[in-house]
Amino acid sequence: MKHFLDITNETCPMTFVKVKLQLAKMSDGEQLEVLLNEGEPLENVPRSCEEQGYKVLSNEPTDNNKHLLLIEK
Amino acid sequence: MNIPANKKKISIVCFSGDFDKMVAAFTIATGAAATNREVTLFFTFWGLNALKKNKGRAATGKSILAKAFNFLMGGLNHLPLSRLNFFGASSKLMTRMMKQHNVATLPELVEAAHALGVRIVACEMAMHILEVEKSDMIEEVQDVVGVATFLNDSEDAHIIFI
Repeated sequence: MKHFLDITNETCPMTFVKVKLQLAKMSDGEQLEVLLNEGEPLENVPRSCEEQGYKVLSNEPTDNNKHLLLIEK
Repeated sequence: MNIPANKKKISIVCFSGDFDKMVAAFTIATGAAATNREVTLFFTFWGLNALKKNKGRAATGKSILAKAFNFLMGGLNHLPLSRLNFFGASSKLMTRMMKQHNVATLPELVEAAHALGVRIVACEMAMHILEVEKSDMIEEVQDVVGVATFLNDSEDAHIIFI
């Protein structure tokens, strides 16, 4: 099952807080798509996910300086 | 999920009951917890105001002095700004500005800290002085501890004093 989270309107620390809380609700093997802004969220969200043992499957730029991240729990 | 055996730890002493400093404490706490750190918030002196069950003003305590102090200080909704407080108006204006800029407000940060499992403990000595009982505080307060317990728990942690 694939979940989706848009954190482009969030600021630190709620960017990675919301990702962490969403991942906590999911089961192992499920995927989460995260739409995020460049800069601080793009630098820290993928890194903190990997540090916690989640897999970052892809990280693609989209329109308007945003990125779409695919994470597997 | 692989959790590292040696999880990083952060302990934050919430001494000041100022609104802006409490925002800083909860921002660091939630950010740290979301990036897989074990976080303890140790509330003492004026910081205890943020833990009161009654977020408005209440004459908590038994003695006249304690009741007066607790009533005047109030709870989470009455934390003063450390600068330019203007009799309490500034924290409400600051909250409005935070919302306008999509920054999490203090109640939202507190809720996130609870959801992330941030450990919240209260200082036994400060509670005695201000005559605040555990039953006067929010249920998320996990323990009432002394400085020795806090230091033991924070043995391998970074300690931040706010």
